Amino acid sequence: MALLSFERKYRVPGGTLIGGEMFDFWVGPFFVGFFGVTMVFFAGLGTILVFYSAALQGTWNPWLISVNPPPISYGLGAAPLAEGGLWQVITICAHGAFISWALREVEICRKLGIGFHIPIAFGVAIFAYTTLVVIRPVLMGAWGHAFPYGIWSHLDWVSYTGYLYGNFHYNPAHMLAVSLFFTTTLALALHGSLILSAANPAKGNTSRLPEHEDTFFRDFIGYSIGPLGIHRLGLLLALNAGFWSAICIVISGTVWFDQWIVWWDWYIELPWWADLEGGVNG
Amino acid sequence: MAEYYNIFSQVQIQGPPEMGMVEDADLRERTDKARFSQLFGYLGNAQLGPVYLGAWGVLSLFAGVMWFFMVGISFWVQAGFSPGVFMRDLFYMALEPPGPEYGLSLAVPLWEGGLYLISSFFLLVAVIAWWVRSYVLADQLGMGKHVSWAFASAIWLFLVLGLFRPILMGSWSEAVPYGIFPHLDWTNLFSLTYGNLFYNPFHALSIVFLYGSTLLFAMHGATILAVSRMGGDRELEQIYDRGTASERAGLFWRWTMGFNATMEGIHRWAWWFAVLCTLTGGIGILLTGTVVDDWFTWAQEHGYGAETNYVPALTPEDFLPYLPPQE
Repeated sequence: MALLSFERKYRVPGGTLIGGEMFDFWVGPFFVGFFGVTMVFFAGLGTILVFYSAALQGTWNPWLISVNPPPISYGLGAAPLAEGGLWQVITICAHGAFISWALREVEICRKLGIGFHIPIAFGVAIFAYTTLVVIRPVLMGAWGHAFPYGIWSHLDWVSYTGYLYGNFHYNPAHMLAVSLFFTTTLALALHGSLILSAANPAKGNTSRLPEHEDTFFRDFIGYSIGPLGIHRLGLLLALNAGFWSAICIVISGTVWFDQWIVWWDWYIELPWWADLEGGVNG
Repeated sequence: MAEYYNIFSQVQIQGPPEMGMVEDADLRERTDKARFSQLFGYLGNAQLGPVYLGAWGVLSLFAGVMWFFMVGISFWVQAGFSPGVFMRDLFYMALEPPGPEYGLSLAVPLWEGGLYLISSFFLLVAVIAWWVRSYVLADQLGMGKHVSWAFASAIWLFLVLGLFRPILMGSWSEAVPYGIFPHLDWTNLFSLTYGNLFYNPFHALSIVFLYGSTLLFAMHGATILAVSRMGGDRELEQIYDRGTASERAGLFWRWTMGFNATMEGIHRWAWWFAVLCTLTGGIGILLTGTVVDDWFTWAQEHGYGAETNYVPALTPEDFLPYLPPQE
């Protein structure tokens, strides 16, 4: 039985949002709940349809299986199953599964008496996905603007979409998102390292506590954010990375249509230096 | 209904500053004052300082300032000493490496890449001295060297880009220019030159670890804040003596996805994800142009590239299956 030594006292009834006690049970380590049932339904149906799509596609190479969205000429209408209709149904299934997963997390939080930070954070990830496959395609008027569900085909889509706007790195929201991804990873490395270096000190020393952590970071860079603050910072950075990623793609093709490098022209055309000779833009 | 979200500090208390543990630190090198910032206090500790200088810190700062100064001087010259042009073109200017005709020569005229080489030397010294500093500071406090070894993984990627790969390619011109937009152009061109870097499996791994690190920090940060009411932010205490915060944090993930880390283990996951991001990224860059010239063709030959790239279909006639290259 998949019970940890301390787990039994936490496995109490209650906290569900829907279904009362009907689905209030565990299977092995997993909590089920009403949303566990809907999650399994959507994930199961979606997976079966991916296999169906692969059979139509004619390859079982896992790198190449690709569920493609409908042709752009179908606009926002329903497409035949073999021409993007499967993509549409699978997208609905994905939303059903992701949202069920988030609500099941809410039920687990309620059961454990802890804050809802995790399902809220997951909501930002779902928002980024929805932006790519629903919000932007709807704003642009065709499901065909969404990305295909395949390991390499989705990378092809990223390349293709990026080059539609010249060098996508010039997109200011993309700059912000990339910087946030890098900063989050740096902060994670520093946080993980600091905890491990205090819990696993140099030979001959006793285990360290936050006084040593603070001292190391103040010595190192003159500031230690502290054991509580680092988790606020990490969550804030990570959520912003996801949020600005969604922003950088939703503005491409809806409010900005040109090469992204051209967007910066407003800066070099500011009246007080637009006419200056010399330099790169003179 | 949970109400305590703990996303900022509502009450700040202020006592005398903590001047830090001593252990083997030379206190003459540590500043003896600290300030407080209420703004910082909303998110984390309000205390600013003290800071430890030390010989390696001085060397690192000196060399770093020299690099920054040289890049700035070259921009200043490119702007024709006009402050207006300097500010207008700041993001467009670059200190470029020498042209391919100079190969790996160190005798390059100053304004044809020589300055780039000299400034790069100072940047290298600054980074290495900062690494030594990270090691020495941990050592004198009797702590593990995890920060240093994680930093070494980032330095690996830095050295691959600016030193190892240019040497293997036989030309300093392969190095990355120092400039905001020019380094983006370099990145774009690098991918195009070598047949779409997305098909480089080590680039793919690096991205997985970059996104994975962000996912992990969102999960970990959110988990700790969710159990902070039970003292979950006191991670070291929870590692040594597990409390209900750790138990609930673990059970949340166990009930959600059937698996949970421990309070110490999650930091090992974090460390490896972040470290592997730059480690695999460096391998991917080092192989590009030295071992593999075209990653798309390479992927086709190794059984995971398609016949053609995916392009959105305009009409039902364009709606073609994504298939491997025909024999």
